[in-house]
Formats: sequence, C-alpha cells, structure tokens
Amino acid sequence: MTSINPLLAPDTGSISQHEPSASAALESLLSIRYFEEAVDGLFARGLMHGTMHLSIGQEAVATGVCAALLKTDFITSTHRGHGHCIAKGADLTRMMAELLAKQTGYCRGRGGSMHIADVETGNLGANGIVAGGIPIAAGAALAQKMKGKDNVVVSFFGDGATNEGAFHEAMNLAAIWDLPVIFVCENNKYGMSGSTEFSMKIDQISERAGSYGFPGVTVDGNDVDAVFEATKTAVERAREGKGPTLIECMTYRHKGHSKSDKNLYRTKEEIEGWKAQDPIGRFEQKILEQGTLIQEQIDAIAEKARDSVRSAITEASEAPDSDPAELLSSVYREAK
Amino acid sequence: MTERILTYAEAIREAIGQAMETDENVFMLGEDIGIYGGAFGVSGDLYQRFGKDRILDTPISELGIVGAAVGAALVGMKPIVEIQFSDFTAQAMDQIVNQAAKIHFMLGGELSVPLVLRAPSGSGTGAAAQHSQSLEAWFAHVPGLKVVMPSSPYEAKGLLLAALDDPNPVIFLEHKLLYKTSGHVPEEQYRIPLGTSNLVRAGKDLTVVASGVMVSRSLEAADSLKDSGVEIEVIDIRSLSPFDMGPINESILKTGKVMLVQEAPKHGGFMAEVAAQISEGPALFSLTEPIRRLCGMDVPIPYAPQLEKSVVPQLGDIIANALEVHRGS
Ligand SMILES: Cc1ncc(C[n+]2csc(CCOP(=O)(O)OP(=O)(O)O)c2C)c(N)n1
Ligand SMILES: [Mg+2]
Repeated sequence: MTSINPLLAPDTGSISQHEPSASAALESLLSIRYFEEAVDGLFARGLMHGTMHLSIGQEAVATGVCAALLKTDFITSTHRGHGHCIAKGADLTRMMAELLAKQTGYCRGRGGSMHIADVETGNLGANGIVAGGIPIAAGAALAQKMKGKDNVVVSFFGDGATNEGAFHEAMNLAAIWDLPVIFVCENNKYGMSGSTEFSMKIDQISERAGSYGFPGVTVDGNDVDAVFEATKTAVERAREGKGPTLIECMTYRHKGHSKSDKNLYRTKEEIEGWKAQDPIGRFEQKILEQGTLIQEQIDAIAEKARDSVRSAITEASEAPDSDPAELLSSVYREAK
Repeated sequence: MTERILTYAEAIREAIGQAMETDENVFMLGEDIGIYGGAFGVSGDLYQRFGKDRILDTPISELGIVGAAVGAALVGMKPIVEIQFSDFTAQAMDQIVNQAAKIHFMLGGELSVPLVLRAPSGSGTGAAAQHSQSLEAWFAHVPGLKVVMPSSPYEAKGLLLAALDDPNPVIFLEHKLLYKTSGHVPEEQYRIPLGTSNLVRAGKDLTVVASGVMVSRSLEAADSLKDSGVEIEVIDIRSLSPFDMGPINESILKTGKVMLVQEAPKHGGFMAEVAAQISEGPALFSLTEPIRRLCGMDVPIPYAPQLEKSVVPQLGDIIANALEVHRGS
C-alpha cells in the first residue's frame, strides 16, 4: 500500500492550523510525475491499452488542493485524473492494476484510466464526460449540508469544461444553496485543440463565478503553495456555510491531449516556455533556496517516489487479469 | 480498371468535401474538426480547403452545437454536425429529440430541419463505458429522425450524400473500428437511398442480418463457414429509420433460418424490432428454427481488452451461433 495523502494532509481534525510539509508535497508531486511517466512508457511499449490523458506539468494543482483537504472530504475528478487520485491518497498499486486491466484494480479492470474511483479516500470518480463530475460534486455537497456534516467537496475540471451547460447549472445551484463545494478549474490553456482565447471571450475563467454570485480567484497553478493557500481559504469559507468558490489554476500540460494528439495547435516554443515553469522544478528550487530541504533530502524523496511506482508496477503486473465471468452480475447492486 | 481505394474516414471526408463544393449552404461544425482534423481524423484537411468559416471549430458545448445546427437548418443552411463520440449525443439530446425531430411535424409542416449529425459509435478501442456505446436504438425510437449506419467506405460516401439531400434530421452513426478499413469508392458523387436494406452476400442456408461493424464481421464468418459447406446470406440494415424489411423477408422465405447480429445490448435493441417485424410478416411461417438474436451483453462496455471482447459478439461467436441455428441445435 503506497499512498501519499496521510503525509500531505491529516485524516481528521482542523486543516486551518495545518501546513503540509515540504517533503510530503514534494513526494506527492514526484509520485504523480513518475506514475504518469511510467504509464506513458508502458503504453509506448504496448503493455497498456485504450487511451491515456496525462497531467504531466499540472501536478501542483492536485497536490496543492488535496493538501488542504481532510481524508473525509470528497473530490470528483476528470479524464486527466491520475494526479487527483494520487494526491487524495489512492494506492498506486491498485491504480496501476486498473490501468493494466487487472482484477485487483480500483474498478476491477472495468473502468481504466478514465474512471478510477476510491471510496476510501473520498474520490467519487474520474469521469470520461467533460463537465460530468461538476453537478455531481454539487450534489455531494448538498448531501453534506442536508446531513449537517462539515465535509467539503472539490470538483476538478478543465478550462474546456466551463463551456458545457453542466458547469453553469452546477455553479448556479451551488450558489443559491450555499453549498460547501470548491470548483477547481485546471486551466491548461487548451481543451483538446481549442485554446481558451478561441473558446471564450473573457480573460479569466474565474470571472464566471461573479455572474453566479460567489468568489472566483485565479492563481499560479504551477505554484503548490499558491494553490494550497487559495484552497485553504475556499475550504474554510465552505465549512463555515458561506458557499462555493471557483479557483482557476493557470497551468499547462506538457504532453498531448491524449495518445492521438499531433500537437498541431500549439508551438514548440510555447511548450518549452511552460516546461521552464515546471511546477516540480520550481518547487524544488524554492525549498532549496529557503533552506527547507537540502539536495540529499530531495534526492531521497525522489528515490522513494520512484520505488513506490516501481513496486506498484511489479505488484500490479503479478495480479490476475480481470474476470469476464462476473460482468453480468455486476451491473446492478443487489438489493439488501 | 484498377479500383479506387479509400478508407472509411476518407470516403466520409470526400462526401463532405464534394457536398461543400456543390452547395454553399453546407457547412460543418464540431469539436476539434479544424486544425486537429477531428478526433478520428475524418475532417482532415477540410479546414485547409474550406477555411474556418465553413469548417467551424466549436468549444466543448454539444447542446449548443446541435442547437445552433437546428437553428441554421431551419433558415436554409445544411449543417453537418460532428459529435466527437456518439455517447456525447446525450448532452445534446434535447435539441435532437425534442427539437430537431419534432419541428417539422409539430409546427404544422412548413419548417424542416435538414441537418446531418455524424458521430462515431461502438466499442473495441479500450475507451470504456462512456466512449463505446451503440445507441442507435435511442434514435430509431424517435419519429422524425432518420438513422443511418454505414458499414463500409462505399456505403459511407453514398449514404452521406443521400443524407445531405434529405430535408430531415439524419443521425449518421459511423463505427470507430471501420475508420481505417478501406475499400472501393468511386470518385464521382453517387447516392445510396436511405430506407433501403442491402443484400451483401447471397447464400441459401441461413440469413444473417447485421449493421455497422457487425456486417464485415458477419461476412468474415460467412467466408469461414463456406469451408464447412454452410452458405450464409448477409443483409446489411444500413438504414434503421426508415427501415426496409423487403430483403430480409425475401431471404428468410428462401433460407428458413435467421440470425440477427447486433453490437448493442440485447434488451430493447434494434434487432428486437427486426425480430418483431419478421414475426408480423410473410416469412414467419417459413422459419424452421426460432429467430436467433446474437447481441451485446446487457452491460456497460468495460475497459479491459478481455472484458470488452467478451461483451460484444466476436467472429467466433457469430460462427458458433450460425452453426447452431443452421444445425437446428
Ligand atoms: C461531453 C464531452 N465532450 C467531449 C469530450 C471529448 N473530450 C475529452 S477531454 C476533452 C478536452 C477537455 O478539455 P478541458 O476541460 O480543458 O480538460 P483538459 O483535457 O485540458 O484537462 C474533450 C473535448 C468528452 N469526453 N465529453
Ligand atoms: Mg484544458
């Protein structure tokens, strides 16, 4: 069992006093990076099938947001969801097993990369439908409110998703019901090939919150601390019953949209420019400069993260393939 | 004369290009159909050829896209909508079902909605439950929509050009596994009338009815069964609405046995309609064996390759079932 979140954020209690340790944040960033580089490699070698959406370059969003959540808080995730899953505390072996179509995977091989859910850590599921998770997050938040619980719900989604009706309807419902939900938009400048300049007339997606009557903020999504601070503020607001916040995190995906992307819609220079703003490189540099960690400690964390991804692949590969025999009985849950 | 060979994707692109050259009212709209060339590469170089004003790249807004097409069609344009995966027609269902399908009838017959909605359908790519469905029965159940499922490059071009001539909304369901398959496609414009079923292979022992990728799979089965001395007749029901029972009845009158092959889940699927129409028609009493439906399992499409294959009829399943029906076991 290799999971990062207990280090990143406490299981219970108050998050307001909590500062995630630099080493926990770094381990989260690196685990996501190495996990995705590993699946990219497995895919290239023909050992993984289907398609794949990698969040390489966007790890600071998942890490910064989940560092401000308790284990009992919920998230809804997207097609580009490996990072959310890992940062919220999922087990790398079970994730890898899912991607390798194994019976021991989170979804028993039925879901694959686009559909990982982990009840244990409050991950209500990645989603293959753009914007599909946003109203679901509002609903989960509604239930928290109805039950008098103080859990919050984070909905991750991309810039492209904010052009779907589902986004707008969910925003309005969350607003009028003051729901404890935090809308986290990972603005990586593109929805597949469509740039934000092309797909919308506003400068910042955070502006969309204003028309529904709640705060919207834009932060540097490649700065873990900035993402963490903004989320912390939004979580406090939500727990106090004051309603939702939209956090727009400016970031960039280094890889193509999916496995079939020829990157015709953006320039090499743009990609290289953003790679120079890599969230992991920036974080390492910052903690070195601040003297929080020394290089040897960083190397040790990197080695640990590499090891856990390696052992996830080894363990997952040895697991049995998913089983067709149980499919028909799996469509409905049995009534008690 | 050498045959002119195109892929299914190229045949569709050629039809769109020719229609756009012929009729200035034809335009295309959808997600990533511009510089990206379409999620499955269908629009390809149309963007370079016709420019951004006729190959309209859109934001991710299916309901808006289809609604805009309906509105444009109402006032004289001929939109071709591309929905990236047929699963995402769910986002646009109000505009498809409550608007496009109803307007001509409901508003008294003056207006009509001549649009073509193209969408890739079906499983087999490891894309899991939300990107692999076969939803044709949804659309076939709505009066006012026409529903077409091309099974080869030749069919794709001819049916698309016919769909574009039609003054009604046509749901044009392409199969993902067919995009890269190739076949003979004439360069000139030709039309395959909507509302016709097509006898693709003659045989005397058993009638097999199929659509989409199940047509080529059934033809493969027919090839291999021929060696065992069983001759299968294969009928492609390329137009579900309107639907043509003629060739099916004729064939059953000859063979006395029928198997209906469908990728979509069995329960409530289109082949249930075909079975019902057989039982209402002239061929019922010539059946010497019960109608056999070989369909997808009633489950969402799973991700794992071995699971995905197990829920949709494969070549081996078609052969085995055909032999059973033929032998009467
Ligand atoms: C309803 C719907 N429309 C289209 C798609 C196809 N698609 C998958 S991801 C994607 C781009 C999403 O962009 P964005 O929301 O910015 O997220 P990103 O991929 O950049 O993380 C598209 C168009 C889909 N999965 N669902
Ligand atoms: Mg994006």
